[in-house]
Amino acid sequence: MKKFIIALILVLNTVQLFARETGVEMAEVMRSNGKIYVVVACVVIILLGLLVYLFSLDKRLKKIEKKS
Amino acid sequence: MYKNWWKILGAVLVVYSTVCGFLAGVPSLAILNESIRNLYFHVPMWFGMIVLFSISVYYSVKYLSTNDPDHDLKAVESINIGVVYGILGIVTGSIWAKYTWGQAWSFDVKQNFAAIALLLYFAYLVLRNAIDEEQKRAKISAIYNIFAFPIMVVLLFVLPRMADSLHPGNGGNPGFNSYDLDSRMRAVFYPACLGWILIGCWIYNLRYRIRKIENKQNS
Repeated sequence: MKKFIIALILVLNTVQLFARETGVEMAEVMRSNGKIYVVVACVVIILLGLLVYLFSLDKRLKKIEKKS
Repeated sequence: MYKNWWKILGAVLVVYSTVCGFLAGVPSLAILNESIRNLYFHVPMWFGMIVLFSISVYYSVKYLSTNDPDHDLKAVESINIGVVYGILGIVTGSIWAKYTWGQAWSFDVKQNFAAIALLLYFAYLVLRNAIDEEQKRAKISAIYNIFAFPIMVVLLFVLPRMADSLHPGNGGNPGFNSYDLDSRMRAVFYPACLGWILIGCWIYNLRYRIRKIENKQNS
């Protein structure tokens, strides 16, 4: 029984070691408190702004092309 | 090229890839950590550049066979936006390198050759400005462009593979494909590439049309 418990502890120990090994540091904090969505919102707004700007440029150019 | 659907597709793909690029799951890898997400933003710049340069070569060949000045305009405008993509690619690459390889410029073969490839195209733009006569300018720059393109391809895709490089997929390094570009990343990476290529073509299209109107007014 004692041997079994020691073996079990050793096995659990290696599990812990394994978990630590694969536990590469990622931005978990940003994701867990939801602040990453703030960044995504900002980036998407900038991107959408630029894309809308491109569309409006295209529209204006079409008008000028029709005139000339 | 005047239709709208592909512009909307490009816009949607770019927004999709940005949102998923930040939020979708990525493999946890040492050293790279979250910076692996740069793959969705840095690499599409290079793909976009190569597509734009290919468009340019296509029109340079067409110019030489038809002598139509419109083809020359298309060739130069696609290089103009392709060079912008290349500069963005090299700058984002050195930021990424600073935090993963330790130095912004570690004189990695692919970095060096990418810089030389960009210089090749800067030379193209300088060459154009140096010649006043229009037909001569168009012809000489078309020929230069046709020679520059295969050299660029060799510099970016052949030589780095034969030397030791820090870039994945080069010099014995396994590519992103082989072990860490899993299916979750593919679902974001390919749309990102296509989206940025379409946006690049769109800007090239706008520039070409502006130049055409300018030429009409000048003549």
